Amino acid sequence: MGRVMNAGMINDLAPGALARFQDGFARALLADATGPVTAFAPGIAALAAQPAFAVYRNTVIKGCIDALQANFAAVAKIVGDEWFRAAAAIYVRAALPTDPTLLRYGADFAEFLARFDPAAELPYLPGVARLDRYWTEAHSAPSQAALEPAAIAGLAPEALAGAVLHPHPAARWAWFADAPIYTIWSRNRSGDALGDDLDWRPEGALLVRPRDCVEWIALDAAGCAFLDVCATGGTLSEAAQAALDAQGNADLARLMSTLLEAGAFGRMSFNNNQQIEKEHS
Amino acid sequence: MTTDLTAGLGLKPQHYDAALACPADGLWFEVHPENYMVAGGPRIAWLEAIRARHAISLHGVALSLAADAEPDPAHLKRLAELTRRIEPALISEHLAWSTWRGAYHPDLLPFPRTGDALARISDNVSRTQDALQRRIAIENPSHYLCMEGHGWGEIDFLTELAHRTGCGLLLDVNNVYVSARNLGYSAQTYIDAFPGEPVMEIHLAGHSPDPNLGEALLVDTHDAPVAPEVWALYERLIARIGARPTLIERDDKLPEFSTLFAERERAEAVLRTPFAWAA
Repeated sequence: MGRVMNAGMINDLAPGALARFQDGFARALLADATGPVTAFAPGIAALAAQPAFAVYRNTVIKGCIDALQANFAAVAKIVGDEWFRAAAAIYVRAALPTDPTLLRYGADFAEFLARFDPAAELPYLPGVARLDRYWTEAHSAPSQAALEPAAIAGLAPEALAGAVLHPHPAARWAWFADAPIYTIWSRNRSGDALGDDLDWRPEGALLVRPRDCVEWIALDAAGCAFLDVCATGGTLSEAAQAALDAQGNADLARLMSTLLEAGAFGRMSFNNNQQIEKEHS
Repeated sequence: MTTDLTAGLGLKPQHYDAALACPADGLWFEVHPENYMVAGGPRIAWLEAIRARHAISLHGVALSLAADAEPDPAHLKRLAELTRRIEPALISEHLAWSTWRGAYHPDLLPFPRTGDALARISDNVSRTQDALQRRIAIENPSHYLCMEGHGWGEIDFLTELAHRTGCGLLLDVNNVYVSARNLGYSAQTYIDAFPGEPVMEIHLAGHSPDPNLGEALLVDTHDAPVAPEVWALYERLIARIGARPTLIERDDKLPEFSTLFAERERAEAVLRTPFAWAA
């Protein structure tokens, strides 16, 4: 092979030289561009001092910020481009992606916003970020047919009480006790203007993907408590009790119908132990 | 499997409907597999629908083959799963690194081409080909930095990598042009010296001057039509090595599908031109 013999051959004799190069280069990528390059090892400093180093620095940071802006579309719409990208740049420097599928980047962006001082005046922002994240999770969850409402129509009341409805793999829900997060999120997500008619009240949200696309509806405290129990494998009677505990006036028949129609469940099983206990009691 | 591929296009979500409906013979589409490593949902459903009509090439950006570490087993497993699901006509990656110590840097980062690096990258390419049970093609990157410490020229390095691992090469003609301009060498000499036999695929794309440094630094932005100089290098290459699957890459400032398709038709016309040596 036409191998060039030059100073670079020295590297061949130094085990770990490539790893050291990558440690130094990665550190220089995230360093303050206006800071002194003398902080780096000589080989890295010679690269970081070149104006072209900014191409790599900018591409890495921009790629991460673009991904966050795509993944948190409602947050970005609320705060505007400039604010969002400045906040995202701080998040990126603290936590680069660990997964190259950037659709999954920002798993704890909502928690970051909750701790982020400049966001203190927008206390609803972390909740909106959480729903943006739920949209992504619902969008990329395993494809599965939703449980048909007819599946439980023919069950005897006792069988129904012991049935376990398992949430659909794409279903995500949350109750927000302090703010109308669902209305704020859905209006920003769908492009509707957030009018003056915003009623400041607690709200919950359910996101589902029973077919191709992610769909969403408002869900009350009873519905969220009901699904929380379903997700842990609790029976319908246990879920119903939790719904009533959360909201004394809950209309259980209507709630069940709403959840089934939305496609919130993936399958149904039966808690046989409970049946047996009943028979022996 | 790759012999009937002519010229292809990078697939963008905005063009799914037009791409799906396009009836051209030999047309194929290339995607970044990282964008489709999902359990389910519309993304993978779109790709499977396109795959039912057209050949697909998986062009990875995140295996980080030039990192001084083995490819992430979880990422490699997801790539193998996607490969089984999509049955791509081509699989390619870059002579670059991006993931390092668990952090993903969304770029194709440079390294000194040393003997150590060649041994590590050869091992990483072999591991990848073993995991995928497929030959992959490795792409020459764009260069922006003057770097000391290269023990190997890039063409020799790629040639030796192909020799050691049996991998193919992906020759990005725009990367050659951009790098040659930035580092001050002849793109034509590079193109003429590149070994033809291992070339499994060719990339053509647009570039832009750096917003701060202007023409002194060209950036591989994929946000413009293929430049006339790059077309000339491509025609020269095909005249020497013969037809190879050729991709028009466009990632930013996306035009209508028909505009990209016209560039694809131009590449396809070059591929139909008889070789210089056969005339």
